[in-house]
Amino acid sequence: MQSITVSSHPSVQYLLRIGDTCLILAQRLAEWCGHAPIVEEDIALSNMALDLVGQARAVLTRAGELEGELGGTRHDEDQLAFLRDERDFRNCTLVELPRGDFAVTMLRNCAVAIFLELLWQRLEGSSDGELAAIAGKAVKEARYHREHAADWVVRLGDGTEESAARLKAALDLLWPYFAEIFEADAIDAEADAARLGPRWADLRDDWRAGFAAVLSAAGLSLPAERAFRSTGKIGRHSEHLGYVLAEMQHLQRSFPGGVW
Amino acid sequence: MIDAAFGTPLPAPPLRAAGSSRIEHAWAVLATVLDPEVPVVSVVDLGIVRAVSDDGDALTVVVTPTYSGCPATEVIEASIVAALDDAGLGPTRIRMQRAPAWTTDWISESGKAKLRGYGIVPPGPVDLAKGVPLRFVPRAVAPLACPRCESQDTERLAAFGATACKALWRCRACGEPFEHFKSI
Repeated sequence: MQSITVSSHPSVQYLLRIGDTCLILAQRLAEWCGHAPIVEEDIALSNMALDLVGQARAVLTRAGELEGELGGTRHDEDQLAFLRDERDFRNCTLVELPRGDFAVTMLRNCAVAIFLELLWQRLEGSSDGELAAIAGKAVKEARYHREHAADWVVRLGDGTEESAARLKAALDLLWPYFAEIFEADAIDAEADAARLGPRWADLRDDWRAGFAAVLSAAGLSLPAERAFRSTGKIGRHSEHLGYVLAEMQHLQRSFPGGVW
Repeated sequence: MIDAAFGTPLPAPPLRAAGSSRIEHAWAVLATVLDPEVPVVSVVDLGIVRAVSDDGDALTVVVTPTYSGCPATEVIEASIVAALDDAGLGPTRIRMQRAPAWTTDWISESGKAKLRGYGIVPPGPVDLAKGVPLRFVPRAVAPLACPRCESQDTERLAAFGATACKALWRCRACGEPFEHFKSI
């Protein structure tokens, strides 16, 4: 099945960053279904994956509509999810990394939920009415995800020697990938100018304060900044995204337009 | 009539009362359309149906989704259309309206009573203060009264339950698990 080409308009790209970050994290969380350490967490992770898929569907739908409004080819949510190639995905690299152990999953969820809660709060004031409406719902879900993940981060950090060591290892592993979220670029600047949404860089201080508070309760602190920058938001991904997409897109690529 | 997806028998739609308008009749019918996951409360009890208008050629029913990823949303929309068709009120258009976002504060008092009768502790008022902080505050979850024995000696087992809208609890007094409809 031939891939689609998506509008390079900054507003569309900005929406893809949000929708793809939710979509790819949802895929990683869904991998836990049937594999979580206890059944309650199995259910929790599936629930959160479902919320994120719902948010992704709404934002990708809006991105596709916007393509049409800007004079280009309009795409629907399924085309955007299933018929784009890896280089056209705009999620942060962080969310495509393998799910790791429970500490990696919870620490990433915590960091992403704190970020998304801040982002949705600002998007409630978007000049795009549909995006503002999506945000009004999603902000409540992100808050609930954040509370759940933060509780686990503290519990692991403040738990046994083993759980604390796993959490520390998770922080060392993931930390270099957090910086990308807050990298400023022209797409962010244009979204801000159009009042579509905030520059993600402007959320950095609040995110650091929120994340540091959780880490502190877990007996950890924010590591030092590093020079490394991942580049998923501009379509240059780690080696891991291709495998996620292969699994997610396989059916639509093999049986174009298949429905059930 | 059987709800195809879940096999729940739906009550017969009420007959149109003499002198009532198409819209009044539609609301009466909608009050019989039950949530597929909690088949004791109707879509009106839950506050999902925001408005009904008569556009001459068709009825328009405005619905607001509960959770972004709630898989019951499409079943609910199909059930609404089917119920209004069966009552001879169709054709029906469903218009999805996201804003303002659905809140459990829209669940009617009778809806909350039905939830409790079904063994699900209904949501309390939404705590607006939750919207403010981003600081991490370890939270003690306030106990709920057990829907079976009324004991306050209960604990939350899991923040998430069998559906997006519920959390899982247990009563230490009577030993029974129960669900809580989360306040959002």
